[in-house]
Amino acid sequence: MKSSRFDPVILTLGFAFLYIPIIILVIYSFNASRLVTVWGGFSLQWYSAMWSNEGLMDAAWVTARVAILSATIGTVLGTMAALSLVRYARFPGKTLFSGMIYAPLVMPEVITGLSLLLLFVALNVDRGFWTVTIAHTTFSMCYVAIVVQSRLLTFDRSLEEAAQDLGCPPVKTFFRITLPLIMPAVVAGWMLAFTLSLDDLVIASFTTGPGATTLPIKIYSQVRLGVTPEINAICTILIGLVTIGVIAASITSKRAELRRIRDEHVALRGAA
Amino acid sequence: MAKSLGPVKRKFAPWTDPAATPFIRFENITKKYGNFTAVSNLSLDIYEREFFSLLGPSGCGKTTLMRMLAGFEEPTEGRILLQGQDISGVPPYRRPTNMMFQSYALFPHMTVEKNIAFGLEQDRLSKGEIEARVQEMLKLVKLEEFARRKPGQLSGGQRQRVALARSLAKRPKVLLLDEPLGALDRKLREETQFELMDIQHTLGLTFLIVTHDQEEAMTVSDRIAVMDKGVIVQVATPAEIYEAPNSRYVADFIGDINIMEATVVSAGSGNGSPGAVSLDCDGLAVAVAADQECPASAGDRVAFAIRPEKVRISLDQPADTSVNAAYGEVWDIGYLGDFSVFLVSFADGRIIRAAQANVSRLVDRPITFGDMVWLTWPRDAGLVLTR
Amino acid sequence: MAETATNPNAGPARWLVVAVPYIWLLLFFAAPFLIILKISLSDTAIAMPPYTPVLEGLGALGDFVSQLDFENYTFLMEDPLYIDSYLSSLRMAFISTLLLLLIGYPMALAMARAPTGWRPTLVMMVILPFWTSFLIRVYAWIGILKPEGLLTVLLQAIGLLGPGEQVQIFRTDTAVFIGIVYSYLPFMVLPLYSALEKMDATLLEAANDLGCPPLKAFWRITFPLSLPGVIAGSMICFIPITGEFVIPDLLGGAETLMIGKTLWTEFFGNRDWPLASAVAVLLLLVLVIPIVIFQNQQQKVR
Repeated sequence: MKSSRFDPVILTLGFAFLYIPIIILVIYSFNASRLVTVWGGFSLQWYSAMWSNEGLMDAAWVTARVAILSATIGTVLGTMAALSLVRYARFPGKTLFSGMIYAPLVMPEVITGLSLLLLFVALNVDRGFWTVTIAHTTFSMCYVAIVVQSRLLTFDRSLEEAAQDLGCPPVKTFFRITLPLIMPAVVAGWMLAFTLSLDDLVIASFTTGPGATTLPIKIYSQVRLGVTPEINAICTILIGLVTIGVIAASITSKRAELRRIRDEHVALRGAA
Repeated sequence: MAKSLGPVKRKFAPWTDPAATPFIRFENITKKYGNFTAVSNLSLDIYEREFFSLLGPSGCGKTTLMRMLAGFEEPTEGRILLQGQDISGVPPYRRPTNMMFQSYALFPHMTVEKNIAFGLEQDRLSKGEIEARVQEMLKLVKLEEFARRKPGQLSGGQRQRVALARSLAKRPKVLLLDEPLGALDRKLREETQFELMDIQHTLGLTFLIVTHDQEEAMTVSDRIAVMDKGVIVQVATPAEIYEAPNSRYVADFIGDINIMEATVVSAGSGNGSPGAVSLDCDGLAVAVAADQECPASAGDRVAFAIRPEKVRISLDQPADTSVNAAYGEVWDIGYLGDFSVFLVSFADGRIIRAAQANVSRLVDRPITFGDMVWLTWPRDAGLVLTR
Repeated sequence: MAETATNPNAGPARWLVVAVPYIWLLLFFAAPFLIILKISLSDTAIAMPPYTPVLEGLGALGDFVSQLDFENYTFLMEDPLYIDSYLSSLRMAFISTLLLLLIGYPMALAMARAPTGWRPTLVMMVILPFWTSFLIRVYAWIGILKPEGLLTVLLQAIGLLGPGEQVQIFRTDTAVFIGIVYSYLPFMVLPLYSALEKMDATLLEAANDLGCPPLKAFWRITFPLSLPGVIAGSMICFIPITGEFVIPDLLGGAETLMIGKTLWTEFFGNRDWPLASAVAVLLLLVLVIPIVIFQNQQQKVR
């Protein structure tokens, strides 16, 4: 498509809108002054304050554990779900199954959270770390399933047939051929699940119990009291971690792309 | 294109020997997908060391038939015997067949070596044995120096060789090749056809190839099965398929042919030989001397078929114009290099193609557009097709 | 492929692959909805859990039916607070989705028309904010929008506001709209971009060649072909926005009525679980149509 001369303007405005609030937040986390509007000079005091805030640190630790655990279980379940959706032509209740995979993507969190809480109460389960983890695993697996499914749809089935034809039984074929090849999608799914778990306030609020306050719950309760520079500091750290993660992932995939292009050159030379 | 029937062939025709036991036997195989019948009550015997082709347009059931032999599909009805044993229910990873996939299906995350070794590893062979076999295979397909490359670093032709080496490494009883040369360009394809035949001959394996390319099937096969809509129309050697097709479908599918609707005037006795048939092709009198009894009798509607290269074209009037002779106008000429094809049109709108080998270099063509020409053909050049 | 269903190699491992995630979702996604339905039909009780159980096992189905109680729903229908919340949520979601389309479409189009080498970077730049916490992004706006916030400072500095004046956006619906558009923009831009990006550039050239001027070509060719993206993007935004809680809670004021917030208050504030459940059930019913549209769209894409 031909580009128009307004395109750079639109993109600049759009990205400015997306990034300026975050940049401001990061800058003010280094503000010596407590007031948002006044620049009191560069300072790391909010970072040390954050570090010594035990409640905040505890919450961060809980969140990290929940996120790692739920993303990992969710990735296993989600990959299985994706295989079911793509590889099984028909099974009883497939429509219901695919409905349950897609629904959490758009379901208002208040509904998901409330309904899970009511389940835990009905089952008479004490709410805490494990109930939050189960709740997060449930939506994580759906996101992973969608990501992995799209990779499986373009997967060349004849690779698996070739492996079986050469004497490799189905389960072994999955681990030796399919899994290594869909790994990038599985990792991407895990990262998505991990950040979604880090991020979740509403579902965690419903399903958590005493002793399992997650970081978003903590941040939320402090934010309701007003803007505090300590929160700016922890937000900056989270943004930094995520940015590093995403950029590292994209550099890795760019490297793989470069290697692929180089390989093609090698192949062409080899053919000549 | 000159059609080659391959290198000088040893006399190999077990299908003519009633005592020979088939190596692979398809017995009344039917495969249905819902309401769609992919293969319909099909029976076929293939013999050991045979190079057998399944030929037909896409959707004719040839790939389904091959995949049933490999074990990726189970027949809805009927059974498949391999060396006399029913292999129904045996999963693909326990069948003594190996397949070369149309897409090659090389594992992109493994080197050429690892790809070739993959099947051997499944058999739990010793490391030394695997290593030796891989080297042997690499040598067979002339890829020794590419052992450490990954499939992404190979050209199309090299990938094809890796796929071949990988499927041969386990010395399968039957090698299945699904459109093995489809992705190669024309020149490479022709070279590879001969290599395939060499390898098959050297290793003494049974090859079953699926293709829609009639030239490829003609070149490599001992026998060809021409398929249409889930049934086999004809099974025969390439020469028989070409020279004695049993139906309009086969005649039309293989090579170029003129087919004309005709009515039988007289068949059998009277004209001398038992297979002599007189036809009326809408006003054109045709006499055919067939080597077999013609199943048609007087008054039947049949088709008269003749290959363009068997039609002679001339400006001069032949001695006998009463039979096997037609007079028309050169309507178009196709210059193919080795051959020229003349499209000759007749007063009733009919067009007959005649091919002439270009035996001398560019000279003024003796026959050109608009010329009135005589087409003639001997009695044994044409065919009567009853279906 | 139909082949897998009839595959003779379908061992028990293959069924486990379906069964495990299926049972998980039945237990932790489907069952909770049945429970929420059940509880929405029961009486409020003061005890903890604050509802009288309707069902003690399947044997009590008869009791369950006899005890069914629609009073929570009757209450919802009679109290204008709830009706207003639903209507207001739908209105807010509708306006937000329109705003998102108005801002997201030009962005997606500009991205799709950018040089090929730039596109992956642009896509990553849209996704990056999405990876950072939702809560953080909403929180960032508080510092900007509040009366003594940065927007006031900026506008005073360039003279659009007098020294004593302040921007009165924080804790209004306007702030909620800003927050929603900001948070959901990547969800709108990405489906639009993927629909626009895969469009064949020669289609527009063909239209121009056939005498169709560029602007008309956009409405006749580009826009109709991007409709699947428009629908996917709109649904993926509209549905969760309707039930949104964090943004109206943090940026909205007392007069901002949204059903997610009402549910939260009913649950955490008033501790009326049955009523909160009834609110959730009705919200779900309101959203059934857009969810079905969304799912059909997803199935078509596959």
